[in-house]
Amino acid sequence: MRTVYAISGGVSKFTKARPDKTFQAIVKEAYDYAIRDIGLEFRQFTELVDGSVVSYFSDHFTRQLMAGIMATDYLGLCPKPNHRVEGGGATGGICFQEAWKAVASGYMDVCVAYGFETMSHVETWKGNEFIALASDVSFDYPVGGFYSGYYAMMVTRHMKEFGTTVEQMAHVSVKNHINAYHNPYAQKRNRYTIQDVRNAPMVAWPLTRLDICVMSDGAAATILCSEEGLARLEAAGAQIPRPLVKVGGIGRGTDAMRMADRPHQSYDDFLRYNLLPHEDTAETRAYYKELWDKGFRYPGVHSFRAGRMGSKEAYKNAGITDPLKEIDFVELHDAYTSSEIQTYEDMGLCRYGEGGPFAVSGKAFMPGIDYGLDLPEEPVCPVNPSGGLIACGHPVGATGLMQAVFAIWQLQGTVGKHFDDDTLQVKNARRGAIHSHAGTGTYVTVSILERGE
Amino acid sequence: MSDQIPNKREETLGGYILHNVPFPRELNAETLALLKEMTPIQIEQPYSITYLHSYAQDSPFFAGLANKVFLGNRDPETGYTYATPRGHDMHTGNETGWVRLPDEGTVHAFTVCYFGSEEFLPETPFVLALIGFEGADTLFLARLVGVDPNQPSLDWIGMKVKARYLRNSKFKPTDVYFVPA
Repeated sequence: MRTVYAISGGVSKFTKARPDKTFQAIVKEAYDYAIRDIGLEFRQFTELVDGSVVSYFSDHFTRQLMAGIMATDYLGLCPKPNHRVEGGGATGGICFQEAWKAVASGYMDVCVAYGFETMSHVETWKGNEFIALASDVSFDYPVGGFYSGYYAMMVTRHMKEFGTTVEQMAHVSVKNHINAYHNPYAQKRNRYTIQDVRNAPMVAWPLTRLDICVMSDGAAATILCSEEGLARLEAAGAQIPRPLVKVGGIGRGTDAMRMADRPHQSYDDFLRYNLLPHEDTAETRAYYKELWDKGFRYPGVHSFRAGRMGSKEAYKNAGITDPLKEIDFVELHDAYTSSEIQTYEDMGLCRYGEGGPFAVSGKAFMPGIDYGLDLPEEPVCPVNPSGGLIACGHPVGATGLMQAVFAIWQLQGTVGKHFDDDTLQVKNARRGAIHSHAGTGTYVTVSILERGE
Repeated sequence: MSDQIPNKREETLGGYILHNVPFPRELNAETLALLKEMTPIQIEQPYSITYLHSYAQDSPFFAGLANKVFLGNRDPETGYTYATPRGHDMHTGNETGWVRLPDEGTVHAFTVCYFGSEEFLPETPFVLALIGFEGADTLFLARLVGVDPNQPSLDWIGMKVKARYLRNSKFKPTDVYFVPA
C-alpha cells in the first residue's frame, strides 16, 4: 500500500435545519472550503482530482434515491469515477476509508471524499423511525424500534455487569458540550452540569436527552492524495502545510445486526481473537479471568466487538502497541454518552469494565478548560475535543468525515485558524484516531492519522 | 387533428395556493440579484407505501406464536440454539432446525422508552427487554409488561419472566410478551 496524505478538509456548520440550501449546495460549502484551504481555485482542483467517493446514510431522509451522484455532478466531478457508500452511522468513516483505499491502492493519486445528511426534512420522531429501520424489520423494529432504546438496553447491561453509573455517563455529556463551546461548527454550544444532564427529560432509561446526540443537517469533505498527487497539486500552486498529515493505518470490524444474536464468547476465545497487545500481561489476563469467573461473556450486548476489531486492525497497521500512550487525541462516535464509555474499552484506552471510572478520571478531558468538575487526574488523551456527535450533531453521512477534518486540523496545528479560537488545539498533537460506528455496533471503522516529521 | 389534442393542463384543487407571490415587478440586474435574499419555499411531500413482507423460512415461528408455542432454531451439528429465528447457523453454515423453547426466561437487559419512533409514540412508556432462555445461546427482544415503567430498576436484570401470548395473533414478534414469573 502507498502512503496516503490527508491534506485538507471542510465542514459545513452543523445545524438543526438548512432549508436555505439543497443537500448538494451544503456539500459544496464543505468542498469549497477544503479546496480554498490549499489555495486552489475550483476549476484548478476539478482538473487535478482523479475521482471521488460520496456518502449519505438514508434515502428516506431526502426522499431521493441516488443523491450521491447529484452531489457529485453539482460539484462538477462528472465524468470522473465516483461511488456512494453507506454503512449506517459509520457511513462517513467508511467513505474516508474508501477514499484511502483508492489512493493507497494506486487507483487514484488525488481523491476527495464528501458526505452529507439532511435530517430536518421529517419530524424528529419520524426520523427516529427511519433510523430504527436499520434494525431487523421481522424481529426488532416491530417490538418498538427506537435506537435510543437499543443503546439504553446495552448500557443497562453494562451498568449491571460493571457498576457503571449515570453520573459517569453525564461526565461525557458535560465534557463534550463544553468542548463544543469553542467549536463554531458545532450545533450545540452549551455549558451543562451533571445535574442538567440528569434533570433533562428521560428518553430511554437511563439515557436523558443530554446523553443523546441530535439530528442534524450538514456536510463534510476531505482531500486525500499520494506522493504523486501531492507533487501534482503543488506543481499547480497548492499550498499544503508541513509537516504533512498522513493516514497511518485503518481498521474495520463488524458484528451481527440483531443484538440478540451477539455471541457470548469464552475467555479463551476472547484471548485468542480480541485481546489487544498491550493487554497481554499476566495482570490483565488475571483481571479478565476474574470477570469471566463472575459470569462476564464477550461481547454480549454491553461491548462492541466491531469496535475492538476495528481498533485492533488499525493499531496493527499503524504500529500502535499501547493506544493511551501513543495516541494524542481521539474523535470517537459518541452518539450516546454510554457508547463513548463502551468505546473507551473497545479502543483499549482502558480495560473492559473500566470505562466508567475512566470517564470521570479526567484523562479524556482537554487541558486548560474549566468543566466545573472535580477531576482527579490530568488529561492524557482528550476524547472528542471537537465536542463529538453529542454536541456537534450527527448528520450521519457527514459525521465520520467531520471527525477526519477535525483530526487533520489538530495534526496540522491549525485549529485556531479554522475555529478562530485555539482552545481546542491539542498541543503538539502527533497522532490521532477517528472512530465511526454504525448501530448497534454493526460496522465500526477506526483510522489513524499522523503528523509527519 | 391537432385541435383534439389538449394543449393545456387541467388545473386541480389541492396543494398550496398563494396569490400574488412576492416577486420583482421588473426584472433587471438589481432585482434579479435581490432574489438571492429570498427565503426558502418549503412544501410537503407525502410518502406512504405498504410492503408485502414475507417471513419466509422464519414463518413457522409466527405460526408457533399463533398457537402459543415459542420456537427457536438449533444447529443440528453443534446444538447452538438461537432464541431469535435464524435459518442458518453463523458458525457452521448449517441449516438449522426448529426446537421448542421454554416459556420462562430471564431478563438480560432492558430499557423503558418514554419517547419512541413515530409508530410507537402512542404506546410510550413501554419496556423493551432482551430475554435469555435456558438451553438457548442467543436472546430474544420482547416487550416486558407487569413492571412499573415509572420505577425502572437495574434489579429487573436477572428477573425470571414468563411468556404470554396475544389471544388473536397479529403475526408479529409482539404476539409474545413477557411478565414477571
